[in-house]
Amino acid sequence: MIAGTFTGTIKTEELQINIGPQHPSTHGVFRMITRIDGETILGLEPVFGYLHRNHEQLGEVSSYLQIIPFTDRLDYFNSMPNNQGYCMAVEKLAGIEVPERAEYIRVIMAELSRIQNHATALGFMLNDMGAMGTPLLYGFREREKILDLFEAASGARMMCSYMRFGGVARDIDDEWLGELKKLMVGLPAFFDEFERLLSENEILLSRARNVGILPKAVALDYSVTGPLLRGSGIPYDVRRAEPYSVYDRFGFDVVVGSVGDIYDRYLVRVEEMRQSLRILEQAVQQLPDASGGHLNPKVKQQSIRPPAGEAYARVETPKGELGFYLVSDGSGRPYRYKIRAPSFINLTALSDLARGHKVADLVVILGSIDIVMGEVDR
Amino acid sequence: MPDDRETQLALEKQGVLFTQLNRFYNWGRKSAIWPMAFGLACCAIEMMAAASSRYDIARFGAELFRASPRQADLMIVAGTVTKKMVPQVVRLYNQMPEPRYVISMGACATSGGPFRDGYNVVRGVDLYIPVDVYVPGCPPRPEALLHALITLQQQIDNQAIREVRWYGDREARDFPVPIFGKHGLEVEGIEGTADPVGGIPRMAPYVSPALGGSGERTSNPQVLEGNVPKPLMQAAVEEVFGHGKAE
Repeated sequence: MIAGTFTGTIKTEELQINIGPQHPSTHGVFRMITRIDGETILGLEPVFGYLHRNHEQLGEVSSYLQIIPFTDRLDYFNSMPNNQGYCMAVEKLAGIEVPERAEYIRVIMAELSRIQNHATALGFMLNDMGAMGTPLLYGFREREKILDLFEAASGARMMCSYMRFGGVARDIDDEWLGELKKLMVGLPAFFDEFERLLSENEILLSRARNVGILPKAVALDYSVTGPLLRGSGIPYDVRRAEPYSVYDRFGFDVVVGSVGDIYDRYLVRVEEMRQSLRILEQAVQQLPDASGGHLNPKVKQQSIRPPAGEAYARVETPKGELGFYLVSDGSGRPYRYKIRAPSFINLTALSDLARGHKVADLVVILGSIDIVMGEVDR
Repeated sequence: MPDDRETQLALEKQGVLFTQLNRFYNWGRKSAIWPMAFGLACCAIEMMAAASSRYDIARFGAELFRASPRQADLMIVAGTVTKKMVPQVVRLYNQMPEPRYVISMGACATSGGPFRDGYNVVRGVDLYIPVDVYVPGCPPRPEALLHALITLQQQIDNQAIREVRWYGDREARDFPVPIFGKHGLEVEGIEGTADPVGGIPRMAPYVSPALGGSGERTSNPQVLEGNVPKPLMQAAVEEVFGHGKAE
């Protein structure tokens, strides 16, 4: 029989396939139980908890300062914005003022984090698409340069623990700023190279266009945030919706897509890297001199005891809206420590996104959501 | 024996190579260690950084990350092992063909690390599978992982083929896969809950030959001392069980 000439019906059978938890395309220890018919996905049940590290329980038995290293390990690509969100929650709770220079340093670190996260996230997504290695290595190359800066400022590559209540742990000097400026000069070339390689790429277009479409209404129903939401065409960004730190002083665009497919998410991430660079340029220009200090000297970091009450602070991490909810009973340890993890909430949309697509598209859809299991399972 | 280096070099020029079988065999194994693409948590990112262009693990012949345990020689346990994940970790290790090696990367895999006090975290993967090289750090830098790989290569270099556990007709053994029971993990051969919440693990770690063990669970206090923070453990044992000896 010649392929394509068959006109009768083939009797097919539903099959249950288990993907993960050890699978190179699940971005960590994530398991998907899929029901498939041939190659088409009928249903998907996500199973997580393989990296449940008791963040919230450990938070309740640690002092406020001891929690900062734990926040590093939530979304281990972006320790800086995680630190920032948590410190903002404690500062709200205890009514701590932050020196202006520290706010600018925080913004610089957060935007550098965004660039390295998006560069590697896109690399991983393309890795899932079959572009083994090359885009990922490009992303990692830029990431290393940014991690060098983090290391120079905080002493650690990944787990920086750089922020403190009322500022940052160490000040940055002119030499560091010089290195940052050097990096910033080189970044546009990287973005152009990345786009020249990929944006018009025939394979990327055919794999990503009109695949994994997340309509506006569904995105809102799932309360997804970050590039996933903006890719669906909703211009929501915490930096703009509820400007924290000094974000109200910078001009930047909230990037949105139109269709809500994988390609839109790709374009949103690439453009967001450019916008982050815009913010960086303004932040470096406006950075106040060191006379105001980088850390509020009145705060007792080790033995901080916020008054009884509750506080919620949220930041826009590269993955979406990260929130910290803290309840204090006046002691040195939080009574309740709750994390609103963007990856976890974005991941809930996966089964809707994947239904009706092929198995090969499933891993690309998962890659385009950009999850980190440390944050999903907590 | 070509201990005489000049004789050896002179012979090599004519295409003659003298060596020992052990050395030749070990050279073959240590030059192409294929790790398994198996990331658990944060350390996996540094593992990938070690494989990327700046650190380039390919210089040591270990760049071929295999997705299947059947094709892998080395398991890099990169990250926190939780009680939900440890049965899968042991099963993957059992599926690897001999000779197989384990690098415990980072504080979490070695001892539980910062999450040691959590109710769902395994206090060291060496309680379930034998570990050859431990890497400290949270997470270790890529250079530290490279150093661990070089250390493993040195260990392989010192092996004698007649003494290793996988040579000849000795059967490959499976390590007991823990089962998640009513109150926690249950391991074959260990009475009750193996790793009780709030207590200390009821079993001793496996000790690899490189650390003076035989690849079995150890009861040798000297070896235990090297693996477990002894004073802490002693105090905990006394407090919880009222007697002074770890099993």
